[in-house]
Amino acid sequence: MTTSTRGAARVPAVLVLEDGRIFRGRAYGAVGETFGEAVFSTGMTGYQETLTDPSYDRQIVVATAPQIGNTGWNDEDDESSRIWVSGYVVRDPARVPSNWRAKRSLDDELVAQGVVGISGIDTRALTRHLRERGSMRAGVFSGEAIAPEAELLERVQAQPRMKGLSLYEEVAAKEAYVVPAIGEKRFTVAAIDLGIKGMTPHRMAERGIEVHVLPATATADDIYAVAPDGVFFSNGPGDPATADGPVALMTAVLERRTPLFGICFGNQILGRALGFGTYKLKYGHRGINQPVQDRTTGKVEVTAHNHGFAVDAPLDQVSETTFGRAEVSHVCLNDNVVEGLQLLDQPAFSVQYHPEAAAGPHDAAYLFDRFVSLMEGQRA
Amino acid sequence: MPKRTDIQSVLVIGSGPIVIGQAAEFDYSGTQACRILRAEGLRVILVNSNPATIMTDPEIADATYVEPITPEFVEKIIAKERPDALLPTLGGQTALNTAISLHENGALEKYGVELIGAKPEAIHKGEDRDLFKAVVEAVNAKIGHGESARSVICHSMDDVLKGVDELGGYPVVVRPSFTMGGAGSGFAHDEEELRRIAGQGLTLSPTTEVLLEESILGWKEYELELMRDKHDNVVVVCSIENFDPMGVHTGDSITVAPAMTLTDREYQILRDIGIAVIREVGVDTGGCNIQFAVNPEDGRVIVIEMNPRVSRSSALASKATGFPIAKIAAKLAVGYTLDEIPNDITQETPASFEPTLDYVVVKAPRFAFEKFPQADSTLTTTMKSVGEAMAIGRNFPEAFQKALRSLEKKGSQFTFVGETGDKDALLREAVRPTDGRINTVMQAIRAGATPEEIFEYTKIDPWFVDQLFLIKEIADELAHAPELTSELLADAKRHGFSDQQIGEIRGLREDVVREVRHTLGIRPVYKTVDTCAAEFAARTPYFYSAYDEESEVATREKPAVIILGSGPNRIGQGIEFDYSCVHASFALSDAGYETVMVNCNPETVSTDYDTSDRLYFEPLTLEDVLEIVHAEQQAGPVAGVIVQLGGQTPLGLSQALKDNGVPIVGTSPEAIHAAEDRGAFGRVLAEAGLPAPKHGTATTFAGAKAIADEIGYPVLVRPSYVLGGRGMEIVYDETRLASYIAESTEISPSRPVLVDRFLDDAIEIDVDALYDGEELYLGGVMEHIEEAGIHSGDSACALPPITLGGFDIKRLRASTEAIAKGVGVRGLINIQFAMAGDILYVLEANPRASRTVPFTSKATAVPLAKAAARISLGATIAELRAEGLLPANGDGGELPLDAPISVKEAVMPWSRFRDIQGRGVDTVLGPEMRSTGEVMGIDSVFGTAYAKSQAGAYGPLPTKGRAFISVANRDKRSMIFPARELVAHGFELLATSGTAEVLKRNGINATVVRKQSEGTGPNGERTIVQLIHDGEVDLIVNTPYGTGGRLDGYDIRTAAVARSVPCLTTVQALAAAVQGIDALNHGDVGVRSLQEHAEHLTAARD
Repeated sequence: MTTSTRGAARVPAVLVLEDGRIFRGRAYGAVGETFGEAVFSTGMTGYQETLTDPSYDRQIVVATAPQIGNTGWNDEDDESSRIWVSGYVVRDPARVPSNWRAKRSLDDELVAQGVVGISGIDTRALTRHLRERGSMRAGVFSGEAIAPEAELLERVQAQPRMKGLSLYEEVAAKEAYVVPAIGEKRFTVAAIDLGIKGMTPHRMAERGIEVHVLPATATADDIYAVAPDGVFFSNGPGDPATADGPVALMTAVLERRTPLFGICFGNQILGRALGFGTYKLKYGHRGINQPVQDRTTGKVEVTAHNHGFAVDAPLDQVSETTFGRAEVSHVCLNDNVVEGLQLLDQPAFSVQYHPEAAAGPHDAAYLFDRFVSLMEGQRA
Repeated sequence: MPKRTDIQSVLVIGSGPIVIGQAAEFDYSGTQACRILRAEGLRVILVNSNPATIMTDPEIADATYVEPITPEFVEKIIAKERPDALLPTLGGQTALNTAISLHENGALEKYGVELIGAKPEAIHKGEDRDLFKAVVEAVNAKIGHGESARSVICHSMDDVLKGVDELGGYPVVVRPSFTMGGAGSGFAHDEEELRRIAGQGLTLSPTTEVLLEESILGWKEYELELMRDKHDNVVVVCSIENFDPMGVHTGDSITVAPAMTLTDREYQILRDIGIAVIREVGVDTGGCNIQFAVNPEDGRVIVIEMNPRVSRSSALASKATGFPIAKIAAKLAVGYTLDEIPNDITQETPASFEPTLDYVVVKAPRFAFEKFPQADSTLTTTMKSVGEAMAIGRNFPEAFQKALRSLEKKGSQFTFVGETGDKDALLREAVRPTDGRINTVMQAIRAGATPEEIFEYTKIDPWFVDQLFLIKEIADELAHAPELTSELLADAKRHGFSDQQIGEIRGLREDVVREVRHTLGIRPVYKTVDTCAAEFAARTPYFYSAYDEESEVATREKPAVIILGSGPNRIGQGIEFDYSCVHASFALSDAGYETVMVNCNPETVSTDYDTSDRLYFEPLTLEDVLEIVHAEQQAGPVAGVIVQLGGQTPLGLSQALKDNGVPIVGTSPEAIHAAEDRGAFGRVLAEAGLPAPKHGTATTFAGAKAIADEIGYPVLVRPSYVLGGRGMEIVYDETRLASYIAESTEISPSRPVLVDRFLDDAIEIDVDALYDGEELYLGGVMEHIEEAGIHSGDSACALPPITLGGFDIKRLRASTEAIAKGVGVRGLINIQFAMAGDILYVLEANPRASRTVPFTSKATAVPLAKAAARISLGATIAELRAEGLLPANGDGGELPLDAPISVKEAVMPWSRFRDIQGRGVDTVLGPEMRSTGEVMGIDSVFGTAYAKSQAGAYGPLPTKGRAFISVANRDKRSMIFPARELVAHGFELLATSGTAEVLKRNGINATVVRKQSEGTGPNGERTIVQLIHDGEVDLIVNTPYGTGGRLDGYDIRTAAVARSVPCLTTVQALAAAVQGIDALNHGDVGVRSLQEHAEHLTAARD
């Protein structure tokens, strides 16, 4: 007889939302308590990449895909050195992983990294709630951390809101490091780490770029010390309105007309450097199926997104900025959110989504080629 | 860029009769496409020979041709209609092959018709093995991923034998080029198997080409559904993972969406390859399906094949995701791009995205091996299933268990009680993929097999294996728990256990479990299939059940009618019933009701979320239906539930539903009983003074013999409790009666055998009629071509009847009315009569929509199912006449003399089945139904209509050449006149010595050929079987007699199937064929649309 493993894992858990809605399920991963902004992510694959994406710092991620953990955890697909989500909400976790690259189960990894989660709840009801009411603060409590509901709710409501939160320094590398070019080195890029994912420098390295990843606190002098052909601003967590340091740094780069590429948080920083505002989306874009149109070619790409904030720039006209004319280059076809900016008079552009696509489709990989072209253009 | 302005009219080709590998899914996709094209303002011309389709309803297209889908007939339609474009990608392989023929023979160029959807070059690149291999190589050169299995292309047996050495030995896979549903492919483990499979494959392939391939048996198998527009935007609509590893045709596999066991990196590699393939092949405005094998050891990816068209999997993917592939494909074909097309379900977001699922979908195939007892039931790369069920759940176990119970087949659900048998024996049995292997695996788990052992023997992915263990562990908990707690019960329901299964485990009745469950407040909620995992609000109520917290069923004001569909297609219950359900939905929606459809068959039009106001994709079991009724009663008023249109499945639920307080509309459960129960029906007949053939029941041979002696041989024998002619046989003598009783394990004191007088040489007649309690509307009278004793579903028939007179019709009408009244029908009834001598016998009555309703409706241009639905809800025939739904005067029994003649012909799946020695199965028709589909031929005279029906079903009748005749003694007299006719048409006759002698005595010359049993002659004279195999026979007439002489006939008939030579197995069919040949030889056979026929008929009626 096979002995049942069911029962052992039946530690109760509860998810409390700041508006008082409560879901009861079972503990998943570490047992204890955690707080964060509840957001949902609609990708059907790529939980390992999602969990290790620094942009999810301080967020409790709800997986809309019900069966999670099926392929376990491997040693290759991490996007950073650790899991960043503050909590994980799933419906049906796998009991055994199955994949030739798997080294351990997702459950084990969550426990090892102390990530508190909850399983067995109506994740679709939760997602619909967040869609209608917007992302909000939440807490997950399991085992002995469970207390009367009113008490738990009070603690959730005492947490800081995502709006106004500065988080990029918390997730960025403290020390600079170099990702060597794969094959012949053609360019040097200084990449400002605001929460960079491992795949991003890799995509550049594949194109002959030596990537100098610099901490978020780097100065313009630090950037130009590596004699870059281009400068890159990464994705990252938190409210871009708090990112005065990176905005100032990017302004310095724009003034020197060095080819510039930003993604996600980097796009919001470019927006702010150009004088546009940023705002918080009701429930954000998180998934790997978002249709984005490249307005320069009319083509639609299916892209990976993870952003709760967006740039407020006019879609229907070219804007005059300190750095010349700017336009919205990419737009999300689902809701017309600005997904990319480009300067028309100097080599700088950015996108709100993830062309490195880990997890996600590779449709937008051409943007790295566009960056290479800008650097080539500048050289010529 | 919006739609093209240079196309004003489009010809759409359907897929013809339902056959294994090409079924109702193409009605679903074709109907969607026709509707969309019309909505775009295009004139739509449709050709499809299958009358049981929604797409051939006259309102779906502007001109509907129920004509054979052959290049000759389609060219006639093109010449007449002069369409600007031809859309061939929505009618399966049949449409694609026909379009390619018309391209190659120059017809398209001649009439200036543009092929849209896929260009000939792309079709060739996708379908030709050699070209596709080059495509995969080019893709690999570009993106560094994807390869073909190592293979060699062969055009002869010599090539084949050499090829095996090149690949490094056995086993090898054999795949013939350009065949449908993988017909003719298989695994060869040694030279003998190779010669057989490859030999047949070379014959089946229109290009005499087969591919030999390295074995990738046991690898993981995946499919992607992609769409591409003219701006090169590509989306992946769905990923599908096969539960059964490589080696089983995907149509025969249990499949799961989305893919369950891929990391994002591996999934993105498949996606990259898929996109690169669709670009390289050049499908530029439409969809395609790509299959992959992934090595579970190291992730090596092999691209198996692609279909440059809408496929069975795309229908499944559409239902699984809510993304209507065929509809979008049609829009892309006329020039739209994906970003210009809104997503139906969200209405606010565009179609240029990839659906994301927050549920799990499982499809399970339904087989019909019980109909072909000689056939080898091993699943291979040739598709053998006849239908499928799909289920949606919030996790895999829930969806899986729902799918298994949706199959509605005894033993399809897991059972957790009783002896399991020996673990090792079960494991050894599980190695061979079969229908029901999954149950063997579960028994092995119960018998103590470890997950590692299950994987070792089956290669089913360990994650899936663990899910099976999870199910089994919950069953154990249910069995051992001291009481059925709320938590335990909820947990079991969340993993898909039915009340019946829980009851079985706990030793409780199903209704007791349900009562406990309801008392504990454990009921399902209904979630929406919305393409986007709730990211955006859904506008389309497409539901599935789940044991979760929040239901999404909205309240409503209008009264709802719940229509129960017919479940998975199977032999005897197919697309015809779906047709009736869809019609009911349309009619009741027009009449102001909110329509609610319940069904679990992903191939159908009824499960298109556009068909009804609400769709519940759910199993058709008592439990599942009761919960839906409850949910809808909570949502608003429910006028009633319709059970009489979906065939036996919903009919079987009617009494239990009524007992549970569900309002059944139309014919009452008591009336259904009166027709189905032999005793009760006997009383109805007696009261009406109608004769039935003499009969009796027996439980022993002695008893059966006594009855047979009294009523006289031949007798029709069958077990008492089966449907669809299962186990039915015509017994000609006592010896066979004894062996029948001995072989039939299903006969016991509680299950007697029925012995009926068999009406030899009787004419069988089918009647479809409507009855409202007062008035009878005779929908149509069909005269069978074959004699009584051949299942009505397998016989050809003609409407109006070709040899019955006014007096006969009068008698039929009176009898029908008496039965409808006696039974208490409110809606449709189908009655089978047999006319023997001058007596009209009643064989059986079915108080429901029959298989022939769509045929009758099309032949008489009257929507019978719509009328039935309205009558069910209280409308009278008089009201429907006044409204115009039924003709103002007259009915289907009084068609004008110049009404067109429609002939229905059944299509048989012989070529799909082999016995374990690899020989074909016999093709003789009998009382057990075995056809999978049907075609209709319609024309002004019988001969032409019959010839069209043959062309639609099997390929054109020969108009000259060599005809081989060999008939049973009892048929020798009736053969003489048709034989003489054949000679008059210039046929050379071949016959075996006995038949030749009879012909000679009647002054007809026939060349004597050797029987197979006689072997090759002394001077190398070939036997008839060799002649057939050598392609030297154009028409075969071979009627069987009992079991005598069967072997020779068997070889002849199986050879005919292998060589696709028309083979007539009854003299009645011969007589009809002669009329057909006569029509073909006399001038041009024309084409006429249903709309023209209807106009003619309506004018004649007034």
